Order: sequence, then C-alpha cells, then structure tokens
Amino acid sequence: MTYSFAEAVGTARRLMTCATAAAVLATAGAPQLWAQDAAPVTIGYAISKSGPNAGGADMTVTPNYELWVEEVNAAGGLRMPDGSQRPIEVIAYDDRSSAEEVVRAVERLATQDEVDFILPPWGTGFNLAVAPLMAKFGYPHLAGAAVTDKASDFVKRWDSSFWFMGGSVDYVAAFTEILVAEREADRINDKIAMISVGDGFGIDLVKAARPSFEAAGFDISYDKTFPPETSDFSTMLSEASNSEADTFVAFSYPPHTFALTKQAKVASYSPPVFYLGVGAGFPVYPGIAGGSVEGVMSLGGIDPDNALNAAYRAKHEEVVGRAPDYWGSVLIYASLQMLAQTIERVGLDKEAVAQELSTGTFSTVLGEETRLENNQLRAINWVGQWQNGQFVAVSAEGGPGTKPVSLPKPAWE
Amino acid sequence: MTMKTSFAFALAGLALVVLALAPLVLPDYWTGVLLGMTGYVTLATAWALFSGPTRYVSLATVAFFGVGAYTVAVLNEVMPYPLVLLCAAGIGMTMALLVGLSTLRLAGVYFVIFTFGLAELVRQTVSWWEVNVTYTMGRYVFLPFEGRHIYWQLLVLAAVTLLISWAIGRSRIGLALKALGDDETVAAHAGVDVTRIKLLLFVISATIITLVGAIQAPRWTYIEPSIVFNPTVSFMTLIMALLGGAMRLWGPLVGAVPLFLLFEWLSVSFPDHFSIILGLLFILIVFVMPNGVLAKFDDLRKGNRA
Repeated sequence: MTYSFAEAVGTARRLMTCATAAAVLATAGAPQLWAQDAAPVTIGYAISKSGPNAGGADMTVTPNYELWVEEVNAAGGLRMPDGSQRPIEVIAYDDRSSAEEVVRAVERLATQDEVDFILPPWGTGFNLAVAPLMAKFGYPHLAGAAVTDKASDFVKRWDSSFWFMGGSVDYVAAFTEILVAEREADRINDKIAMISVGDGFGIDLVKAARPSFEAAGFDISYDKTFPPETSDFSTMLSEASNSEADTFVAFSYPPHTFALTKQAKVASYSPPVFYLGVGAGFPVYPGIAGGSVEGVMSLGGIDPDNALNAAYRAKHEEVVGRAPDYWGSVLIYASLQMLAQTIERVGLDKEAVAQELSTGTFSTVLGEETRLENNQLRAINWVGQWQNGQFVAVSAEGGPGTKPVSLPKPAWE
Repeated sequence: MTMKTSFAFALAGLALVVLALAPLVLPDYWTGVLLGMTGYVTLATAWALFSGPTRYVSLATVAFFGVGAYTVAVLNEVMPYPLVLLCAAGIGMTMALLVGLSTLRLAGVYFVIFTFGLAELVRQTVSWWEVNVTYTMGRYVFLPFEGRHIYWQLLVLAAVTLLISWAIGRSRIGLALKALGDDETVAAHAGVDVTRIKLLLFVISATIITLVGAIQAPRWTYIEPSIVFNPTVSFMTLIMALLGGAMRLWGPLVGAVPLFLLFEWLSVSFPDHFSIILGLLFILIVFVMPNGVLAKFDDLRKGNRA
C-alpha cells in the first residue's frame, strides 16, 4: 500500500501547485481584464496529475502549458489573422496515469467540450493512445513528450501528427559519434559497460545502442538490464568497473540516475565517459548528487549562448517557481510557440493549422528559423554534458549551438 | 420458465437492444463512457461469479485482464481477430487452471495476498520476457476499431456473463456454492466436491476477465506492462462488486454503473481532488454498507416493516 500513500503525499503536494494554477486560470478566465471582449479560444488537455506518470508530466509538460497560457494571456491573448486578440481558456483533466482515462478525456474534450485545440498528454504510450482519436476528430497532434523511432511511420498513418522529441536511434547515433572521435584521439579504449532499466525507455534505447556501438567497432564488455525497482547499484558498478571499459552508459530513469551517481561517488568509480539517462538533465541533479557533477553526460542539453533560451529559462523560473529541465521542456515550449504563430497566420481552422505547422517556418526559443521535417522536429540537442554548472549541448568538435565535449570526465570531488 | 422469469428476460433483452443502439445516436464521448462502464460491469460480474459465493477475495483481476490485452498486442498482426480472441480466452483459461490447481486450497487472507502477488508476478514475467527474449518493450495494436465497435463486443460479453451467472445460480452447482460459501467443511461433508467447484468457477471467471482485457486492448494503440497491469483495475472491480453486493446476480452491475458514473463526474468536476474523494468514498462504503447496496435496501425494507 506504499503506492497509495506516496500518491496521497504527491496529491497533497500538487494541490499547492494546482491552487496556484487555479488562481492563474481564474485570472485568465476573467474577461474584464482584456480591453477587447473577444470570445476565448478554448484549449484542452489531459495530463497525468496523479499516478506513476505524474512526476514526469509535472517536470516537463504541465509547467510549460501553464507558462505559455499565462504569457499569451498577459500579452492580450492569441493573435488572429485579422490582428484581433482572443484570450485562451483552458480545460484540464487528470488522466490519473491510466490509458483508458486519457483516451476518454480526449473524447470528452473533442465531443463534449468541443475545444478549439487539444494539447498532448505526457509519455510515448499515452501520445500513441490518443493519436488515432486526434486524427479522427481532426485535431493537430503536437506530440511533445514522446521519444519514438517510428515517427515517420506515424506521420504516414496520422498526417496531422507532429513529433518533437526524436527517437532512440538519433540520441544513440549522436553519442556514438562522440565516442568514436574520443577513441580516435586515444582518450578512451574500445570497451563499453552498459546498463539499462527494463522499462519502455531503457529497452528502446538499449535496442538502438547495441547495434550502433558494435557497428562503430566498440566491444560491449558489460551489458545488463535491471528492473525498475532497483535501488542498489553497487554490484553493477563494480562489475562495470572490472570490465575495464572506459565508457559507462546507463539508460536509467530519475531514481536510478540519482542513485547511480551517489553510489559511483562512494565507490570512487569515475570512468572517462559517464553517461546517464533521464534525471541527469534535471536542474536539481547537482544538488541531489551532492556537489560537482562536472563531465557527466546525458540526453538533451541546451545552448548556453542562445539568448532566447536563457530568457525562456528565466521566465519559467519566475512563473513556475523552478527551472525547467535541460531536455524536453524547451521542446514542448517551442511546440506551443509554433502553435500560436500558426494560429496568427491561418486562424483556428484545424486543417489549415496542421498544414501550416507542417510547412511553415517559425521563430521559437530554439532559433529564429525553426521548421519541421516530415512533421518532425530535428533541431534537437541529442547529447548534453555538465560543464561549469550548466548542462550544455555537446558534439565531438563543437559547432553552431553545441560546445565541444570535454573528456575525460574529471574525478568526483 | 415462470412468468416472472420470462418477463425479466424480455426486459433485459429490451435493455440490451436499447444499449446496443445507443452509440448510433450518442456522441463519441458518451459511447466511451458506456464502453468503460460495460467493461467494469463485466469485470465486476465475472469477479463476483467466483469471489461472491466462495468469499475468496481475489485481487488477481488485472493479471488476467493484462494477459488478455497482451495476447492481442502480440498476436494481432499474425492472425485474424476472432482467432486472437480465442487464443486470449485459451491462455486465460490455462493460466486460471494452473493457478487454481495450485492455490485454491489457500483460504482467507492468504488467498488475497497470493492473488495480489500473482498480478505482480505476471507483470514481472511479461516484462522479463520482453526485455530478455524479444527485446521489445511496448507493442502496437493497429486494429480498425472505433469506440463503438469495442463497446458492442463488450456488451455481448457482459450479456453472456450475466447469463452464465444466472444459469449457475439456478443449477446444482449454485446450490453447492451456497453451501460452500457458508461453511466449506460442512459442504465437503455433505458430498460437495469443494475443490472442483471452486476451480470451475475460478476458470470461468478468469476467462471472462481475460476476454475483457483482450477486447479493450485495441482502444489504447500502444501497450506495455505498466499500462495493462495497472493494479487500479483490480481494486475498482472489487469495490464495485462489493458496493452492489457480490452475492447477487445484479449486485455487481448495480455497484459498477453508479460508481463508474461517479468517477467520471469526479474526474470532470474535481480533476485535482479525485484521489482524496475516492479514498473517502471507499471508507464510507465499507463502513455504511459492508454487504452492498442491494442488501442495504433489503435491510431498510425489513426495518420499515418491523
């Protein structure tokens, strides 16, 4: 029953956030705040506010929805093609981390509430669960928090779906490229120790990683999958250490990522390349890890020289009360900016919006010229590394938007 | 068949026809609500089929439900859909037989704990298999079904389940069951083959539950263990059957329909307080009507007469 207890604690904590959100929405709904008495544009979403998915949704998705709505409404509302402005009215449901709930909530939003647009839920599974409905009711589906290698297939199946987070193959390929360059520079050997969580994310990535590493001539000298409940990694870490690999890779979820960091520190295990999964890109990561995490690598990363992104991070911290993560948040926010700009160009007609999203060029936090390729965002930072207290996007040599990777990782402090 | 039963059958048949026609006039959302409701009515009735008379509280509902959904996910691309359903039923039946043979001698709280563990065991086994043998996590179900198609299938299954429940209640097995629920030892001494009857009921109940999972799977498109082995399904089924009264034919239905509508209303009106209200409600049900709504009504009627 610990599960229910944890959920209750989580609910209590979220009530605070929800109270704030409710206050924000209440202000948003008050028409007298706007000079013009325009009818609101209704935007609905179902998101996991409780249950196992709530943590991820509350880190990457929900805060960005709230931030965007507040910003748009503070500026007078969504701009229409004729120059008028209409405020956003939000209808938000809790899918309680249940696939059946999220499906029904989207049906409710489409046929009962008849909202103008529907924003997607959190997670690959739930985005796929709602995709057929979004297509059926004609809503453009801006699948934000969904990592999938099958995006191109899905675009064929549902032509008004858009995929913003890339696929496992992309993340692994970019990382392999860095490893190859490091090996050529003789900074690492050709052995890799790899562990992965036995759940959606871990399996997906490890499936992409095995062939990618092997094709690049690496020897995966240690390869182990662990169940999601695992909290003691000392054996795995010492076996990885014994395998004499210079590269340690863990496709892990936040609890494992945090535990792995702490236990690696205790064991003074500090291989030249230390790559972890979800959680290493959270702003709280250095705090949880207890001090410097210099050199730790993971998925995502930001361009510290991008002023737009810096402004977005500051605004997020101001409105939401905490910094966004260094991976998905900015992609979700960019997808919302694209939606707003699309509406300004073509209005509220769903088909026209889908068409414009597909072909248009947008100015977002990612850059002045953001566009989708085959309905997919490709301008994603695939590999990140902690450098001087920031989780920056890196590549082997550095380049536009990325810093050169700095290896070997220094020893733990 | 007496006048009264024929009348009841006619009424039930009429209700079934009305329900079957509903998606043609209702918007998709309400079809979705009916779908979810029918799913839970079937689950609760099937659960009560075994757990009602025997008083063996089972938390294994989601183990079978999930196996059904997974079977569809694995097989939907290699064979025609009716065959997939048949396979799902077969797998559910075999699993129930194995589980039943090895555990139905457990009683009371040990059985509860075991069934809860079973759900976890099945989930972990499926995960382990997918991780270490097939290297796939997450499977796709692309079947051309809309909500109402799934709803119609569930409606048929619900009707069949109620029929089975009715038939068992009138048969010799039903009588044996009543004796068994009151006192297992006495029943055994009176010549009832206790284990065989329990096993039979358990297998029927589990097979129906497996089919519910199989039929609902196409609605989610994407399936992974954490989605289909969600323990909430077991708890919801249990509380619905208990609310209505697990010992009566219509009890689970009477519990499932209002509770499902209540949950739906709560998630629309109080999306942020759902879990709190739900918890309070559970406590209320257990304290105020431990034997279910129908029994409560009977009590009230008797109380008025006295």
